[in-house]
Amino acid sequence: MPSTRKTADVAGSDTVLDIQGLTVRFETADGEVQAVSDLSLTVAKGECLGIVGESGSGKSQTFMATLGLLADNGRATGKVMFGDADLLTANEATLNSIRGNRAAMVFQDHMTSLTPHMKVGRQLTEVLQRHRGLDAKAALDAVIAMLRRVQIPEPERRAEMYPHELSGGLRQRVMIAMGLLCHPELLIADEPTTALDVTVQALILDLIRDVKDSDNTAVILITHDLGVVAGLADRVAVMYAGRVVELGDVNQIFSEPQHPYTQGLLACSPRLDDALGGKLKTIPGQPPNLQRLPPGCAFAPRCPYVIAACAERPPLRPAAGGGLKACVRDDLASITKAAS
Amino acid sequence: MTDVNLVTPAIPVPDVIEGRSLWQDAWRRLLRNRAALASLIILGVIAFLSIFGPYALAWSYDQIDWDHVEAVPPSLALKHYLGTDSVGRDLLARTLFGGRVSLTVGLLATGVALFIGVTVGAVSGYLGGKVDQVLMRFVDLMYSVPLTFFVIILMVLFGRNFILMFLAIGSVEWLTMARIVRGQTLTLKHREFMEAARASGGSTVSILLRHVVPNVLGVVIVYVTLTIPQVILLESFLSFLGLGVQEPMTSWGVLINEGAAELEITPRTLIVPAIFMTATLFCFNFLGDGLRDALDPKDR
Amino acid sequence: MWSYLARRILIGIPTLWAIITVCFFLMRLTPGGPFDSAAPIPQEILANLRARYHLDDPLWQQYLSYLWNLLHWDFGPSFKYKDFTVTELIAQGFPVSFQNGLAALLLAIAVGVPMGIAAALAQNTPRDYAVSGLAMTGIVIPNFVMGQLLILIFGVWLKDSIFHLPAGGWNNGAFVNRILPTVTLALPFIAYLARITRGSMIEVMRANYVRTARAKGLPFRAVVIRHALKSALTPVVTFLGPATAFILTGSMVVETIFQIPGIGRYFVQGALNRDYTLVMGVTILSAALMIFMNLMVDLIYGLLDPKVRYD
Repeated sequence: MPSTRKTADVAGSDTVLDIQGLTVRFETADGEVQAVSDLSLTVAKGECLGIVGESGSGKSQTFMATLGLLADNGRATGKVMFGDADLLTANEATLNSIRGNRAAMVFQDHMTSLTPHMKVGRQLTEVLQRHRGLDAKAALDAVIAMLRRVQIPEPERRAEMYPHELSGGLRQRVMIAMGLLCHPELLIADEPTTALDVTVQALILDLIRDVKDSDNTAVILITHDLGVVAGLADRVAVMYAGRVVELGDVNQIFSEPQHPYTQGLLACSPRLDDALGGKLKTIPGQPPNLQRLPPGCAFAPRCPYVIAACAERPPLRPAAGGGLKACVRDDLASITKAAS
Repeated sequence: MTDVNLVTPAIPVPDVIEGRSLWQDAWRRLLRNRAALASLIILGVIAFLSIFGPYALAWSYDQIDWDHVEAVPPSLALKHYLGTDSVGRDLLARTLFGGRVSLTVGLLATGVALFIGVTVGAVSGYLGGKVDQVLMRFVDLMYSVPLTFFVIILMVLFGRNFILMFLAIGSVEWLTMARIVRGQTLTLKHREFMEAARASGGSTVSILLRHVVPNVLGVVIVYVTLTIPQVILLESFLSFLGLGVQEPMTSWGVLINEGAAELEITPRTLIVPAIFMTATLFCFNFLGDGLRDALDPKDR
Repeated sequence: MWSYLARRILIGIPTLWAIITVCFFLMRLTPGGPFDSAAPIPQEILANLRARYHLDDPLWQQYLSYLWNLLHWDFGPSFKYKDFTVTELIAQGFPVSFQNGLAALLLAIAVGVPMGIAAALAQNTPRDYAVSGLAMTGIVIPNFVMGQLLILIFGVWLKDSIFHLPAGGWNNGAFVNRILPTVTLALPFIAYLARITRGSMIEVMRANYVRTARAKGLPFRAVVIRHALKSALTPVVTFLGPATAFILTGSMVVETIFQIPGIGRYFVQGALNRDYTLVMGVTILSAALMIFMNLMVDLIYGLLDPKVRYD
């Protein structure tokens, strides 16, 4: 039950991942870009945390940094505790014993995320050979069992194929199978359903739900699709310009969003009961340029409720409904009611 | 989370971006690249010396110092600042004049390559269809032919004449240019401003000149910078083999060939022109790389 | 696959035929001939020569008989080396050039590719800058300068040391005589290969599937060797096509500088002497070689990339 789960973010005994004060910077030709700023989040066993935000909000980079997969020009500071290891300071060997084994990531771009010149089966067996020390035969058996679990038809035949010979949905399922092979404690799924058709989407979401419930795996679901979050997540963190602007129980976020940005996002997602021919709503203004962030609230330039106090950066603080929000105003509910 | 900024009260903070054009931006990035900047300066100096140097020196490139018909070591008194070659001709004057010839061939031949390459590439990419197929098939075919042999055959058949030389070199160096321009044109073809130009009834030629050519300029400039050294190299290769520029004219390749003959006695007759030429090739390459980075920053 | 091969060869033949035809008519239609020289030759000798080389036959007849002879591996008599046919000269020179070219190519791959990989995996470190600097040096110093410098160093300055190497001559292919020519021929290649490999390796290492491989917890070596290397080598294979042209022109310089009796030197001599049949013979052979190498490159692609289908 969501209501029994803590919404304020404090590490507990069943915490799997504890991110504290994570900052990610990229060195670029045109100066330094801070993609993630002082971000703190935790995920517990059997919990699904949804991470929502526009592209460029830092949601993917947060978890790339978590697993030490940043591009060469990226640097992460802060603390990322996984068990008793700080993943940011861990050496490569420690990281390699965790990645793909205890913590796995499913990438969004199934077109390019599999090695084109290797058979699919081989790309999966090497995970088990590496982490479980299985021989080729045993690994292949386990792989085929896993492919069957993610509902890939004729797994024996598919394992002998190259990635380009599979459809997008199959490739994405292969990616998920890859993530699940070692029964990880933490599964990070980055846009696992983007660019897939609806039936395949549902299948993949069911799979993730199944893993979460039956294996008690902690799942982090990164997406810009609010529908996916609503269907799967227990808690939701909304990110904007590299920071969490709102964090709360999924039901609360959807029914009573506290931050103007979250409200904007919800208002933008088209609904079946929208009037036909009605205009698709958008949040006015441009997503922020990370190199020229305003000193105060990053959303202020696009926010309809901006006041003088927004020139100071709002801290993440408890909000009505039990969540957290990074907004100085507490009177939004009454304003929006009055407006509608 | 508590690093509150108290200094700037104004809100909302506008996301100010100065109105810089793409070219100004690229220029700024180029000047920030030290290797490219140094190359630009050195090239400027070499070009300046090659153009004006021969006028300022006491000796001309083909003048024999009859008082010293031998290899004179560098001497300020005789005004042979880098000495003479084995028959008493001033080495510096010859090197600078040779540079003039080599650079001229480099520029003219690249000009020819540029003209053919951009024309074929733009026409092929813009018109598409049969024309495109035929032209690109031809380019493919030319790629599978040992073109240096053809340049040599042309030089042999038509005599080693300066104009023919850059025409011949230019007419084999355009292939890559055509491919690049075609690729760029294809990506431009369906952009809105092209549709607009077509819709407003521009003729093919005017659309090509006004819209396609200016937009492929960036890539073309980079490629030109990288073609010039190739051409200079090809010219000196031909001259070195005795198939290029002929006496009394000279070029870096000719000088290196002459220097090679005197290698054991006076290595400087080889080393001086070799340094000038190598420095030039270096600089063009660095400049080309710098330009590419400056015009296409995503590559970094 | 076999039908692809057959089709490619069928495309290669007209290409070669076009090259032969263009060469032939260029040579025959331009004013001035092989026997124009400073010292005038008496009329009757000239007539004899022209008759011997069938230069008085109608052009189309000359052309057809040239093609016919080519089919029988006969490139005709050399205009200058009167006692030899072009076929004989090629048969002598080709093995020498081929050995040198192959040795240079293997040396270049053995040195250049690892250099490029080492640089790419340490991007923007001193190691990377060193490789890039060396590569740039190798590319811009022309082989006719490099060859001379090597002769100056190992043939002249180190004459009395154990590092002395012969400055030229072939000596029936003795190993010491091969060292400098092979290195001279290989250096620009090493440079190009290092540069190409570095570039493609850097690109591949940024690819999503390499990130996936790292996310699996594979050790760095396995990521590089198993997942990155094969794709990174594709441009290296592509380079083998142009590399053939490179070796062919490179051998002109190297064989001239080091006085090696290969086809490159014959070609240069032939061009200087207006020895038309010799020049044509070498050009045709080179073209055939390039067409063949480009075909090989396409076939090797299939081994590197399962997406390539020959149909």
